[in-house]
Amino acid sequence: MDFLLNSLSKAFHLIIALDPELLGIVMLSFKVSGLAIIISAAAGLFITLALDLRDFTGKKVIVTMINTFMGLPPVVAGLTLYLILSRSGPLGFLNLLYTPSAMVIVQAILATPIIAGLSYAAVVSADPSLRFTAYTLGATPFQATVKIMKNVRYSVLASVLAGLGRILAEVGAVLIVGGNIAGYTRVMTTAIALEADKGDFELAVALGIILLLIAFALNGLLFYFQRKGK
Amino acid sequence: MAGSITVCCLPELENNMIEKIEACNIIKRYNSGFALECSLSLQKGVLYTIVGPNGSGKSTLLKIMGLLDRPDSGSVTYLNKDSSVLNPQNDIHLRRKVVLVPTRAALFNETVFDNVAYGLRLRKAGRKAIEGKVMKSLNEVGLTRHKDAHAYELSSGEAQRLALARALVLDPDALLLDEPTASLDPDSTRLIEDIIMKKVRNSGKITVMVTHNLNQAKALADSVIFMYKGKIMELADPDVFFSKPATESAQQFVFGEIY
Ligand SMILES: Nc1ncnc2c1ncn2[C@@H]1O[C@H](COP(=O)(O)OP(=O)(O)O)[C@@H](O)[C@H]1O
Ligand SMILES: [Mg+2]
Repeated sequence: MDFLLNSLSKAFHLIIALDPELLGIVMLSFKVSGLAIIISAAAGLFITLALDLRDFTGKKVIVTMINTFMGLPPVVAGLTLYLILSRSGPLGFLNLLYTPSAMVIVQAILATPIIAGLSYAAVVSADPSLRFTAYTLGATPFQATVKIMKNVRYSVLASVLAGLGRILAEVGAVLIVGGNIAGYTRVMTTAIALEADKGDFELAVALGIILLLIAFALNGLLFYFQRKGK
Repeated sequence: MAGSITVCCLPELENNMIEKIEACNIIKRYNSGFALECSLSLQKGVLYTIVGPNGSGKSTLLKIMGLLDRPDSGSVTYLNKDSSVLNPQNDIHLRRKVVLVPTRAALFNETVFDNVAYGLRLRKAGRKAIEGKVMKSLNEVGLTRHKDAHAYELSSGEAQRLALARALVLDPDALLLDEPTASLDPDSTRLIEDIIMKKVRNSGKITVMVTHNLNQAKALADSVIFMYKGKIMELADPDVFFSKPATESAQQFVFGEIY
C-alpha cells in the first residue's frame, strides 16, 4: 500500500513539476498520433466519399475488408510494416525503421479503417431521401455525397475520435517499428511498458495518469458528438 | 468537329427560359410489373394538377420530367419561347432550372436559413444575393422568425413550408410539386394552398402539382391530369373533369370508388 501511494505521489510530483523527460515523451506521442490522425482522417473520409458516390463491382468486398481491418491487431500491423521497412524488405532503402515516421505510418494504417468504417456506416444509415432531396435542389452526385456527410458530421467526428483513442493507447505496433529509443521514438505507451519492466514506476504511473485523462477527455467528446448526432 | 457546330447552333441555356416541356412516348418499367407509358405537353402559366389512385405513376412521371430519373424509352424535351429545343451537354444545367419538391422532402441537419440557402449556394450565388433571396422566401412562407432555428425543430406543416421555400427561392422555370400537403392538418394545408395560389399560380412558370386532395385539385387547377395504372387517361378542365369524367376509371375515382 505504501509502495503504491509512494509511486502515485512521486508520479503527481513529476506531472506538476513538468518533468522534461515526461514532457518530451508526451509531446512525441501527440506529434506522432496527431500526424497519424490527420493522415488517416483524410484517407478515411476520402474512402467514405468514394464508397458512397456510386455503386461499383467489388464494393461489398471492400466494405467487408475495411470492417475486418477495423479490428486489425496492432502487433500484426507493426510486424507487417517491420518486414516491409526492414533492411532486406521491399522498402528497406527508405531507412524508416525505428523512426517516428514509421510510427506515424503504422498508426495511420491502424486508424484509417476505423474512420472509414464508422463514417461510412453513418453515411449509409442516413435518411435515403437526403440524396434525392439534394438532387432535386441541383446537386451533382459528388455534391450530394458531401451533403450527406455533412448531415452526419457528428458521427464522422466521432469516428475520428475513436481512431485517435485507439492509436494513442496502442503499444504493440509502435514498439515494433519505433524501437522505443529514448528521446527519439519513446512514446507514452512504450515508455510505460519499459519503465514498468525496469521496476521504475514513477514515470510509468505519471504517464498512465496522463493517458487515462486523455481517454476520459476523448470519451467525453465522443459522447457529446454522439448525442448531438441523434 | 461536327459536335462543336451543333453546340453553336443550340440556344444558350443561360439566356433561355424553359417555356414548355414535352414528354413523348415515355416508357418506364419497374420489376414489380408496373409500367408508365405516356406522352404529355406542359405549357407555362398553367397550373396542372395530377390526380389518380396510389401507385398510378404520378411520382414516377414527375421524376422523369424533373430529370431525376431516366425513362427506358421515349424522350423529354425542354423548349424555349421559340420552341427551340434546349439540350445542354450536361443535364445538371437543365436540372437546375427544373425543381421538384418531393413528398415529405428530407430536411438538412442545419438551420432553416441554411436549408433555404443550399440550392443558391450550389448555383454559386453571392453572399449578399443569398441573404436577400432567402429572407424574401422565408417571408413568403411565413418562416421568418424561425430562420435561425434548427430545421429538425419544425412542425410537419412548417417543414413542408420550408421545403417549398427551398424550391421557390431558386425561381425555377418549372416547379414540380409532389403532394405538397400530404398528411398535413387542415390549417397547414390551407397555408400551403395560399402560398401556391399567391406565389406559384401567378408566376407564369411551368407548374405541376400532384395531389391526393380532390377539393384542392378542383380549387387550384387550371387543368387536371388523371393517371391510372401508368397511363394518362384524361387531361381536362377541372369543371369538366369533376362533373363529367369521360372514362370509367376516372368516374370511379372521382366518385370515390377507387383511390
Ligand atoms: N424505384 C422503384 N423501384 C421499383 N418500383 C417502383 C419504384 N418507384 C415506384 N415504383 C412502383 O411504381 C408504381 C408507381 O409508383 P409511383 O410513381 O410512386 O405512384 P404514385 O406516385 O402515383 O403513387 C408503384 O407500383 C410503385 O411501387
Ligand atoms: Mg407518389
